[in-house]
Amino acid sequence: MYKIVNKREIGHKVHSYEIYAPEIAKNARAGQFVIFRINDKGERVPLTIAQTKPKEGLVKIIFQEIGKSTFHLASLNEGDSIRDFVGPLGHPTEIKKYGTVVAVAGGVGAAEVLPVIKELKKVGNKIITIIGARCKDLIILEDELEQESDILLFVTNDGTSGIKGFVTDVLKNIVNKEQIDIVYAIGPVLMMKAVSEITKEKHIKTIVSLNPIMLDGTGMCGACRVTVRGVMKFACVDGPEFDAHGVHWEELHSRLELFKNFEKVSLDNFKNYKECRCHKK
Amino acid sequence: MSQKIKMLERKSHIRKKDFKQISAGYTQKEMIKESKRCLQCETPMCIKGCPVGVNIRDFIRYLSQNNPIEAVKVLNQKNNFPAVCGRVCPQENQCEKTCILGKKGESISIGNLERYAADVTIKNDFDDIVIKKNDIKIAIIGSGPAGLTCGGDLLKMGYNVTIYESLHDTGGVLRYGIPEFRLPKKILDIEINKLKALGLKVVLNNLIGKTKTIQNLFDDGYKAIFIAVGAGLPVFPKIPGENLNHIYCSNEFLVRVNLMRSFDFPNYDTPVYRGKNVIIIGGGNTAIDSARTAIRLGAESVKLVYRRSENEMPARKEEQKHAKEENVEFITLTNPVKFIGNEKKFVKAVECINMKFDKLDSSGRKNFKEIVGSNYLIDTDMVILALGLRPNPILTSLTKELHTNKLGYLTIDNNFMTSIPAVFAGGDIVGGATVIEAMGMGKQAAKAIDNYLKINNKL
Repeated sequence: MYKIVNKREIGHKVHSYEIYAPEIAKNARAGQFVIFRINDKGERVPLTIAQTKPKEGLVKIIFQEIGKSTFHLASLNEGDSIRDFVGPLGHPTEIKKYGTVVAVAGGVGAAEVLPVIKELKKVGNKIITIIGARCKDLIILEDELEQESDILLFVTNDGTSGIKGFVTDVLKNIVNKEQIDIVYAIGPVLMMKAVSEITKEKHIKTIVSLNPIMLDGTGMCGACRVTVRGVMKFACVDGPEFDAHGVHWEELHSRLELFKNFEKVSLDNFKNYKECRCHKK
Repeated sequence: MSQKIKMLERKSHIRKKDFKQISAGYTQKEMIKESKRCLQCETPMCIKGCPVGVNIRDFIRYLSQNNPIEAVKVLNQKNNFPAVCGRVCPQENQCEKTCILGKKGESISIGNLERYAADVTIKNDFDDIVIKKNDIKIAIIGSGPAGLTCGGDLLKMGYNVTIYESLHDTGGVLRYGIPEFRLPKKILDIEINKLKALGLKVVLNNLIGKTKTIQNLFDDGYKAIFIAVGAGLPVFPKIPGENLNHIYCSNEFLVRVNLMRSFDFPNYDTPVYRGKNVIIIGGGNTAIDSARTAIRLGAESVKLVYRRSENEMPARKEEQKHAKEENVEFITLTNPVKFIGNEKKFVKAVECINMKFDKLDSSGRKNFKEIVGSNYLIDTDMVILALGLRPNPILTSLTKELHTNKLGYLTIDNNFMTSIPAVFAGGDIVGGATVIEAMGMGKQAAKAIDNYLKINNKL
């Protein structure tokens, strides 16, 4: 069992948990992920590691309530435990001095980009961070991102915070004005794909962290297979980071649709079970 | 010549609706009748056919005297998990193949008798085992057949044994791969719990190489390590369309159903697609297991596509028979060349080509080649690829000092030691194909580890 030591809501339905898992805390590097399972009937869910505190043995995960497992996880409290927590999985991000780095994140991707820019800044890169969200309520980790970025830009679709529009509009401006050495993008598939199209034209090396459906997370089942430059890769063991310009985006997008109907059934089932229906008409 | 006493099997139209066993096993009467058929040969050929050399004649003699407790003691001398092996061993290619009765009639049903002896005594603990414990720590990596066997033997020799498992439950392929109707998980749990009662420690959710390294284990005070991480890397056919939706490798399909219990979705959270017209590619036991599982999930038709003829199929004959009884259709001498998807990239058909015998290859195995122009389509909404497995690469790729051969199998010396001193390996990660072979290696490796520690630690 793995104990939830700290719990905080850091955005609208976005939660930050610190889980006691000393071995993972000790060995995890930026860019790696864990798989959690809440109880005996739970599914295995991958989540990027947001931060580690090796001395305290804590691993931080940040997640948004989207499906059944994240709703369920959000309903737990400090002091509760989850059944399984395995990691660190996947390869760590390659950290070296590139020069100027643009980090683009959408939604909770902000939590996943934070440890990466932190390490990239340590080795002397200039960091320009672009964070996109639907509205201001979904912007998270503002102070932490500020601290690790030389320039931090927020973009909201409705203009409630920062620039109104999409991260790609901002990215386009930057790459047209400035010499960029590498772009790191993490977030929804459509966002990463759009980022990749912009940087491909400009020949800027771009790394994306992919999030296909996973099962075991140890290279055994092939559920997370993605095509990169025409070759089959398993995101769990060969990734999760890949060269964006080689990724077969349409395939990744369609493979993520696989269990959409099941996911809805599972969530509805959970919500109906949670809510009393006595007085519903 | 006398005939085998058949185990009573449940009717196929009933059993294919659930995940319960095909047969409840012999009754006592049937067991005695069958064991009395044994000639008790002076030079038993059956023992030579057993990969771990179980004294088959003696255990059958005890059974014929209705003494399963003594029978199991004989089995346990060479085999820690007879309830498992009685069910999943390919006896027809091993002990039963060399049984002298089989020359003129039907061989003894050694597997069924083994299962009987194990099942009726399964609740018995190892109370007669007196273990003189030492405090020497040994780490086993992987809780499949090889790891459990090696760990169990070392435990009985007195060592302090810890098994590290990357998944959230023990058993390896016995848990995630072999379906409930062939090996009930209750039996596996009883066997593993017995080892735990003897002092076996199990650490789940620990992927050695990532969570901890081999060096970390030595730093933690382990004096020897046994690597038994198995062959879990799936093989894909490398043909167009193989990443279309609802094309799964058998590992994914079976892990979803067996380990994650998705047949009980949404009571369990993990989903599985229930295909209507399912195509299985492959001819091994995993292919048959996948086909029979698809049937149980409610498929209207399940077709098994295999590129050689039925004679070459590596799956057990008994399992082939069970699959056919449950309406799995065998399409042999046929190979897929392409998967075709709909506009949403879900598979809708498989383009196949007919095959014919070409020549014998250097190892004497029949080679088949495509018949040009014989392509045709089979409609489907779900494909399961069961084309075999390669060794798990994670630990070996992250541990530079571990040497592997070209195919990724760990290289070991005659004493099961890898290229790193005090690190041993066995099971599918070094080669082999069956549960019993992996168990055999686990047993021999336990002896080798004991010898090594005795010499190096001056025990």
